[in-house]
Amino acid sequence: MTQRITRFLLPAIVPALLVALWWMASAGSTSIFFPPLAKIWQRFHELWIFDLVGEHVVSSLNSVLIGLGISIVLGVGLGIVLGLNDAIATAVGPLLQFMRYLPAVAMLPLAIQLMGIGPDMRVLIVVLGALWPVLLNTVDGVRGVHPALVDVAKSNRLRPIDWVVRVVVPSASPQIFAGIRASLAVSVILMFASELMGASQGIGYFILETQRQFSLPEMWSGMILLGVIGYLLNVILLLVERFALDWHRESRS
Amino acid sequence: MNRLSQLGVIVLVLGAWQVAAATGQLGAVPTPLVVAGAVLGLVLDGSGWGPLAETLASWFISLLLAVVIGVIIGFPLGVSRVTYRMSVVTLDFLRTIPALVFVPLVVLLYGAGLQSTILLAFFGAVWAMVMQTIYGARDLDPVARDTFRSFGVRRWDTVTRLLLPTALPYMATGVRLAAAICLLISISAQIVIPAGGFGEQIVVHQLSGALPEMFAYIVLCGVLGMAIDSTFRWFERSVLAWHPSHRKVSS
Repeated sequence: MTQRITRFLLPAIVPALLVALWWMASAGSTSIFFPPLAKIWQRFHELWIFDLVGEHVVSSLNSVLIGLGISIVLGVGLGIVLGLNDAIATAVGPLLQFMRYLPAVAMLPLAIQLMGIGPDMRVLIVVLGALWPVLLNTVDGVRGVHPALVDVAKSNRLRPIDWVVRVVVPSASPQIFAGIRASLAVSVILMFASELMGASQGIGYFILETQRQFSLPEMWSGMILLGVIGYLLNVILLLVERFALDWHRESRS
Repeated sequence: MNRLSQLGVIVLVLGAWQVAAATGQLGAVPTPLVVAGAVLGLVLDGSGWGPLAETLASWFISLLLAVVIGVIIGFPLGVSRVTYRMSVVTLDFLRTIPALVFVPLVVLLYGAGLQSTILLAFFGAVWAMVMQTIYGARDLDPVARDTFRSFGVRRWDTVTRLLLPTALPYMATGVRLAAAICLLISISAQIVIPAGGFGEQIVVHQLSGALPEMFAYIVLCGVLGMAIDSTFRWFERSVLAWHPSHRKVSS
């Protein structure tokens, strides 16, 4: 029983302490850059529960989720094709590596030039950055299928489609999920950057606007909201991963 | 054969880009030959070196800060089970915050300069270093630890001969990850603020309509990223050649 309590209490101590510290240290703050947390919280309550959610949060989540979704479909699909064809994978290897090192934010001015300011441009930017972690991880995962499995499949004359769906994808899935997690982090960053440069709605746009008007408590509330959303998306992905990879942990233990 | 096919793909892609751009299908996008000319121009007339120095300065200082502070925070947290469990949720939360969120704040506080990009890149990269240091410190072999303890090895020797060698490969990975993040955030911050370096050059040339130069700087960003990553991989391999995870290359 006490063990269970410490398991939940122990991790909660530090965040609680940090928030309390912030609250007390900023209580009498007159600096315009660091307004009292009480005031930020009051604004947060007024703005985000739930007045502006429809205008800004939905737009931001759209960019992240559509962009990430396209990246996952493209990345896993292409990754399986490349992972199964050694020759092609080696041939396009250097090109993919180079594309990965191109900072996607550097494509922002170009994307704005070509597509204008709009939701399509933002989704494109997210895909340009989030595609590579899933893709490269899928290729690695598919190439890492255990050689014994290959032999078993061959000697049982498994149909190619069964081979891919029942053997390759499941055995590569832990690595695919690792790639998706990296892609999610990239997606949130790119969503935010693209809203700073080319948007008229979204959390990034809101934060930039409030900064320009020197409405610091509102700006802080937006920053906190973005942090919370990033964290929640991560938690949801971890839950999906745990559910999808349940068989994997069982087979290991 | 492998080299040949890799070269073939690159030539093919560049060729397709050349044809598409030359026939005007990509709008205002210049052909790769024009971009290559612009890259050459930036190198030859020396106008590319100043921005390179600014980007590298932001990258290097933020990386140094992230590594030093990451190790200082990570080691104590990783050594003990209690401190690890106390901090893990907080760390998970902090490292999912996208560093660029602080752009508006640091611009108000420090203006559009090196200080701002360094702070942003540091915040983005320090968590990778903290986490890798923690993983490294937690990977301690219990038998080895008990052996050291029962032989009454001095504390200093335990640190230098057991803890450090155990954690070093993880920390090396952390440094490589942090190096990539620092470069990415430095360039990104230089674009969105804009604050000097390659990033500002991209924006400046886009606004003035000098697309070949803009593409030249984008390509240079990619080259810089690849160069930094392969340098750190090579460094990791040569420094950790003694470690089991790097020894099994022959098998």
